[in-house]
Amino acid sequence: MIRRINLTINGDKVGIDVQPSMRLLDVLREILNLTGTKEGCSIGECGACTVVINGNAVNSCLIVIGQCEGSEITTIEGLEKNGELNKLQKSFMEKGAVQCGFCTPGMIMSAYALLLKNPNPTEVEIQEAIAGNLCRCTGYKQIIEAIKSP
Amino acid sequence: MTDFDYIQPTTLQEASKVLSSDGINTLIYAGGTDALSLLKNDIYKQHKVLNLKKIEGLNYISFDKTNGLRIGALATISEIGSSPEIKENYNIIHEAANEIASPQLRNMGTLGGNLCQRPRCWYYREDFDCIRKGGGECFAYEGRNKFHCIVGGGPCYIVHPSDMAVALLALDAKVVIHSNNGERTIPINDLYVLPQDDPMNETILKPGEIVKEIQVQPPVKGIKSGYVKFKERDTWDFAVVSVGAVINSTNGIINNVNIAFGGIAPKPWSEKSLNKSLSSVRINENELEGKLKNLFSNAETLSENAYKVPLVRNLTKRLLLRLVQ
Repeated sequence: MIRRINLTINGDKVGIDVQPSMRLLDVLREILNLTGTKEGCSIGECGACTVVINGNAVNSCLIVIGQCEGSEITTIEGLEKNGELNKLQKSFMEKGAVQCGFCTPGMIMSAYALLLKNPNPTEVEIQEAIAGNLCRCTGYKQIIEAIKSP
Repeated sequence: MTDFDYIQPTTLQEASKVLSSDGINTLIYAGGTDALSLLKNDIYKQHKVLNLKKIEGLNYISFDKTNGLRIGALATISEIGSSPEIKENYNIIHEAANEIASPQLRNMGTLGGNLCQRPRCWYYREDFDCIRKGGGECFAYEGRNKFHCIVGGGPCYIVHPSDMAVALLALDAKVVIHSNNGERTIPINDLYVLPQDDPMNETILKPGEIVKEIQVQPPVKGIKSGYVKFKERDTWDFAVVSVGAVINSTNGIINNVNIAFGGIAPKPWSEKSLNKSLSSVRINENELEGKLKNLFSNAETLSENAYKVPLVRNLTKRLLLRLVQ
């Protein structure tokens, strides 16, 4: 049964008519064309699909859109403001924290959620915050450096 | 995945009404991190999904020294893991919560869902018609059983995956269950069943029953508690074996201790005889090794999981040494 779901995505209020059983990840990518959020494992293990809902990092592959009614959602596309990248995005580029780039949107969103609550995290806190994000290229060192000094 | 109607009650009474009319065909849904996986894999085929998250008054953590701790079923694992009161008074819950899954999953997963999650057995999760899904055999018994149980098994050999349940068992917590007929409060140990009593369910919950609250008695002065979890992948994973302990000691001698185990049985497990035998024991490595050398010597290990016996003994020793020294 199609339902109207109202939510705020990247600061814009949107109402979408959709099956409540559709995954948030599919709504973002296929209906809203926000393809920055990636699909990796689809079972909550790799973190490639991470977005921020109401200030918390979550796996968009394990959330049905019905659960998102009234939520404020931020995706990787929402970090850029007025054509300028977020300082976290710039830091990832400066520190060489991107190789193939597939994990990067999810990694940045986990880091973004951490910095919302804790602007000066320790290295251990950074490691804990990105524990749900797999990167098979960088070895994590540059990623941690990028999050430390945005 | 079966297409389903998505129902969003705003009160427990409304939820109970839906469940009392069609509880068997209705899946109770909270964070959904486990339930959605089961729906996607067609292990769950309910045509109705009842989202509890719009119900007011089920997401809370309240503590006072007289009444103890009350946690609503919809409190997230993140909220539990970051609660200062829980960290100060119930370290075992704090440690267990922060051992669960990844930050993303802890932000969605709820206490009620964690207690009621389904087993991780690969035969149950994949396309095998096993006993837990109503089939005729447990494929783990003669198949791949590295992560399966060493006690309490038969005819199914799952382990219960909840970390919170182990911590709460060590604390002798109580569970408030809501249904259309009212509420009842039971010890957490009575929430779970062994496969010999019900091979298709891990809990006694009947269709229409909802876990509403967890209650833990006030902390006794001087008590220490903790949780240790061995995982195959250290960053985050389900427990291969875990141990939780609540201990009261004086000058390094145990007055009393309550230990619970995860990853070894189809339900969160305790050994009352072990708790008793540790009373009055001086905590040091030699004494503990002596007391623990026969722990689970009666285990019925399978072809690939005998390693869990020394692992559970060593983790227990390590935890008790940490808590007292």
